[in-house]
Amino acid sequence: MSSKTVESIDRVVIRFAGDSGDGMQLTGDRFTSDTAAMGNDLSTLPNFPAEIRAPQGTLPGVSSFQLHFADHDVLTPGDAPDVLVAMNPAALKANLADVPRGATIIANTDEFGTRNLAKVGYAANPLEDGSLESWHVHGLPLTSMTVEALADFDLTRKEKERAKNMFALGLLSWMYSRPTDATENFLAKKFGSKPEILAANLKALAAGVAYGETTEEFVSAYAVGPAPMPAGTYRNITGNAALALGLVAASHRSGLPLVLGSYPITPASDILHTLSSLKRHGVTTMQAEDEIAGIGMALGASFGGALGVTTTSGPGVALKSETIGLAVSLELPLVIVDVQRGGPSTGLPTKTEQADLLQAMFGRNGESPVPIVAPQTPSDCFDAAMEAVRIATTYRTPVFVLSDGYLANGSEPWLVPEVSSLPALEVEFATEPNGVDAQGNRVFHPYQRDAETLARPWAVPGTAGLEHRIGGIEKADVTGNISYDPDNHDRMTRLRQAKVDGVTVPDLEVDDPSGSARVLMLGWGSTYGPIAAAVRAARKAGHAVARTHLRHLNPFPANLGEVLAAYDRVIVPEMNLGQLALLLRAKYLVDVRSHTAVRGLPFTTTELADVITAAIEELA
Amino acid sequence: MTIDLGMPQLLANGLAGVPALAADAAKQTKKDFTSDQEVRWCPGCGDYVILATVQGFLPELGLKRENVVFVSGIGCSSRFPYYVETYGMHSIHGRAPAIATGLVTARPDLSVWVVTGDGDALSIGGNHLIHAMRRNVNLTILLFNNQIYGLTKGQYSPTSKVGQVTKSTPMGSVDQPFNPVSLALGAEATFVARAMESDRAELTTILKAAAQHRGTALVEIYQNCPIFNDGAFDLIKDRTQQEARLVRLRAGEPVTVGTEEERKVLVRGTDGGLVFVPEAEADPAAYVIHEPGAADPSQAFALSRLDTADMTHVPMGIFRQVERPSYDDLVRAQVDGAQDVAGGPAGDADLDALLRGNDSWTVA
Repeated sequence: MSSKTVESIDRVVIRFAGDSGDGMQLTGDRFTSDTAAMGNDLSTLPNFPAEIRAPQGTLPGVSSFQLHFADHDVLTPGDAPDVLVAMNPAALKANLADVPRGATIIANTDEFGTRNLAKVGYAANPLEDGSLESWHVHGLPLTSMTVEALADFDLTRKEKERAKNMFALGLLSWMYSRPTDATENFLAKKFGSKPEILAANLKALAAGVAYGETTEEFVSAYAVGPAPMPAGTYRNITGNAALALGLVAASHRSGLPLVLGSYPITPASDILHTLSSLKRHGVTTMQAEDEIAGIGMALGASFGGALGVTTTSGPGVALKSETIGLAVSLELPLVIVDVQRGGPSTGLPTKTEQADLLQAMFGRNGESPVPIVAPQTPSDCFDAAMEAVRIATTYRTPVFVLSDGYLANGSEPWLVPEVSSLPALEVEFATEPNGVDAQGNRVFHPYQRDAETLARPWAVPGTAGLEHRIGGIEKADVTGNISYDPDNHDRMTRLRQAKVDGVTVPDLEVDDPSGSARVLMLGWGSTYGPIAAAVRAARKAGHAVARTHLRHLNPFPANLGEVLAAYDRVIVPEMNLGQLALLLRAKYLVDVRSHTAVRGLPFTTTELADVITAAIEELA
Repeated sequence: MTIDLGMPQLLANGLAGVPALAADAAKQTKKDFTSDQEVRWCPGCGDYVILATVQGFLPELGLKRENVVFVSGIGCSSRFPYYVETYGMHSIHGRAPAIATGLVTARPDLSVWVVTGDGDALSIGGNHLIHAMRRNVNLTILLFNNQIYGLTKGQYSPTSKVGQVTKSTPMGSVDQPFNPVSLALGAEATFVARAMESDRAELTTILKAAAQHRGTALVEIYQNCPIFNDGAFDLIKDRTQQEARLVRLRAGEPVTVGTEEERKVLVRGTDGGLVFVPEAEADPAAYVIHEPGAADPSQAFALSRLDTADMTHVPMGIFRQVERPSYDDLVRAQVDGAQDVAGGPAGDADLDALLRGNDSWTVA
C-alpha cells in the first residue's frame, strides 16, 4: 500500500491522448471499466481520426479518450480535462486548447525529441521553454521507464515500448486509487496465447502503479467515492453495444428471430460485430455486398416473418432510401438504425452530428412517412431499440433509430434490466382469410387494416390460403391489387400518413421544478446530457429554466404544441443547422430559437449554460 | 486467419426442407398456380409463354403452393409474380436477389424464385446478381433477356448488340454487351443455363434441374419483345436456320451443331481454342465432351464464348451444374451450431446473462 496521502475529490475529468497506434482507446476503456467497478457514475468520449494509422507523431494521427467520473450523477463526458495524459508532442498540441490553466498535464518526455517536436511545428520543447507555466506539468520518461521495467523480457525494444500505455494506465490507476484486477483479467484474456506479451503488459501495469507510489513527482493520490445509484446490477456500456442488446432483447420478447443485413460503415459497424457474435441468441447476420443489399436482405427476412434490421450511418441511409420507400409501401416491419456522423458526403466519419433528422423524415420520393425514435444516452440506446421494434411490429412499418457517433462510442454505467421487466412485444401473424370476394368466397385481403392501428395483416409465406402478392406499385385499398385509380392513391397516401401519425407516443414530460421558468430547453437525441448538465448549472446559479427532451421525432408527442406554447422562449440546441427547429416552426408556428454547432463534438455544458443565461437576461 | 467451417453435409436438392404436398392431396394443375389477376403484357410478348410454361411446370415439383415465393425487381418481366398464385413480391429495380437472399436465409422451408430481366439483373442490379451467385444462395433466378428496355419504352440494355439502334442510341449503341452466361460463370455460379422462351419442353427440363439445384441456379431465357426489339432471336427460332446455329449442350456428349447431313463437331484446336469442324474431318479424340459437372469452369466458359453477335452459333442448355454448399445453409448452420453447443435456443436466463455481460457490479 502506498504510504502517501489520499485526498478525496468529488469529480475528475481525464483525457488520454496519443498516437493512433499508442493504444489510447484501450487505455481509456480499461480505466473506464475499473472506474465503473468502483461505483462511480461516469461518461466517456472517445475521439479518434478516420485514418487507421496516420503518420506517426503527426496531428492528424492523434487519438484521445476522455472520461468524466464522479461521486454523483454524471451527465456529460466533461467540458475540459483536469488531467491530460499526452503521449507525444502532437497529443499535447492537439489537446492543449481544451485544457484549462491550472490543470495537470502528464507528458511522455521520451517522445519530445527534436524530430517529433518539428513534426507538429514546435520550435522549442514546450515542456522546457516555460510556455506551460500555468499548468501542472509532469514530464515523465514513460517509454524508457517501461522498457527498463521490461529489461529481463525476451522481447524486442519495439514490443517493450508498446506496453507504455499500460505503464501510463498503472500510474493513473494509482493516482485515482483504482484497482487494476479487472484490467489484469482483461489482459489475461487478450494475450492468453502470447504469455510473454501478457507478462510484459502486466509488468508494465504494475510498474506504473509502483512508480506512482514511490516517486516524489506526485505528492498524493486522489479518491473519488462511489456515486449514490439505485440498487441493482450495473455494467458499463457503449451506445452501439446497448443498441445491439436492445435488438436482441426485442427479438426474445417478440419471438421473432433477428435478421441483420448490414454493410460496414463507421460509426455503426460495432453493432454488426456485436450481433454477429450473438448467434447463440438466434441472431442471423449477413454482411451484404452494399448498403442497398443490406436493407434488401432485412426486408426480405421481414417478409418471411423475421425481425429485419439494417444498421448504417448517413451515407448508407442515402443508398437505402429507395428500399425504405418500398418498406413503406409494403407495410412490413423493419428497423433502420442510423448512427449519424458528420456530413455531407463522407464528411467526418468518426465524429458525431445530428444532421440526418430531415433525411430520416423526408429523404424518400413520394409521401413516405417513417416513425423516428432517438436515444438520448448510450444506455438509452437499449430502450430506443426496443421501442423501435414495438412500433415496427405493431404498425407494420419501417422505423428509424437515430443514434449518433457520440452515443455509439461513448459509455456510461447502465442499470441492467431484468428480462421479465421488459415490455412484451407480442406479434400475431395472419392465419385466416379476412375477407369475402364478389363470388362470396373467403379470401385474404393483404391491405385490410386494423381499425385501431391501421396496420395491415402480416401474412408470412408458408401460411396456406393467404397467398398474396405485394409490391411497390400503388395498391388498391383492402385488396392490395395494383391500382392506378386517382381516388385510391389519394386514400392510400392519407392512410399511410394517418397510420404513422397515429403511432402511440407517450406525452412529453417537462422538468420545471420552480414552475416559474419562462425559458424551455428542448432537445432530441444525444444532446440530452449536455442540455441537462447546462440546465443544472443554470439552476445552481439561481435561474429558473425548464427542460424537456424528444425521444419520438415522428410522430411528435400529442402535447408538444401545448408544451411549446407554455414558455416565452423555447431554445433548441442541435448538432446541425436547426433541423428540429425547422420542423417545430413548420408544425406549431412557434418562434423557437435554434442554437447550433457542427463541430463533430458534443456541446459543452458551459456553452449551453451561457445560452440559457443569455435567454433569461434577454427576457428580463 | 481462416478456420475450417466444419460444415454439414451438402444438401443435394434445392427443394430439401420445403414441405411437399400431402400424398393424398388433390393433384395440382396449372390452374392452381394461376392468380386472378389480369395479365397485362403486350400481345405477342414472349413473357406469356414463359408464364404458361412456369405455371404448367410448378405442379411437377409437388410442393405446397404456400411455400413457393416469387420475388421480382422492376421491368416487364418483373410483373410476373402478380400472375402466379403463390406468395410474391414485386420489389424495386435490381434488388430482387438481395431481398430473396434475406427471405430464403430466414426461411429454409420456402422455394424462392427470382424473376428478372436483362436491365434489372445486369444493369441496375448487377452487383446483387453477381454476389448472389458467388455466395450460392439457394435461389432459382429466371433472367428474361430481350436485349432491350421494354417498360421504359425502348432504350438499349446491357445485352443489346453493338450498333443497335434504339430510342437512346439513334446512332447505334457503342456499349459492349454482357454475355450473361459468361458473367455468371465468372461470378462463381454453380448452375448456369440458357433456354429459349419458345422451346417449352427444353425450358421445362431446365427449370426442373434449376429448381432442384441447391444454390443459385441462373437460367437465362431468350425472350422476344414484339414492340421494341421484335425478331431479336428470329435467326435461332426460324426452323430452317435453327439447326445450323443452335448448339444444344448435352452432358457427357460431344458438342455439335447442324443437321444430321451437315453436322459439325466441336474440337479443341492446336492453339487450345474451340472450333467447329465437319464431323467427317474431326478426330474423335479431339472432341469436346460437355461436362457441366466439371469442377473447373474453364470449358463451360469457353462454350459460352461460342456465342457471337451474329448468332452463327448459340449454345443452349445447362453450361454448369456443380455442388457447393449454399450460403443460406451455411449461415443457418452457424446459428444452429451456436445454439446446439449452448444446449438449445436461448431463454430468459441466457438473455439476462447476456445483458449483464462479463463485467457487471451490484449496488445494494
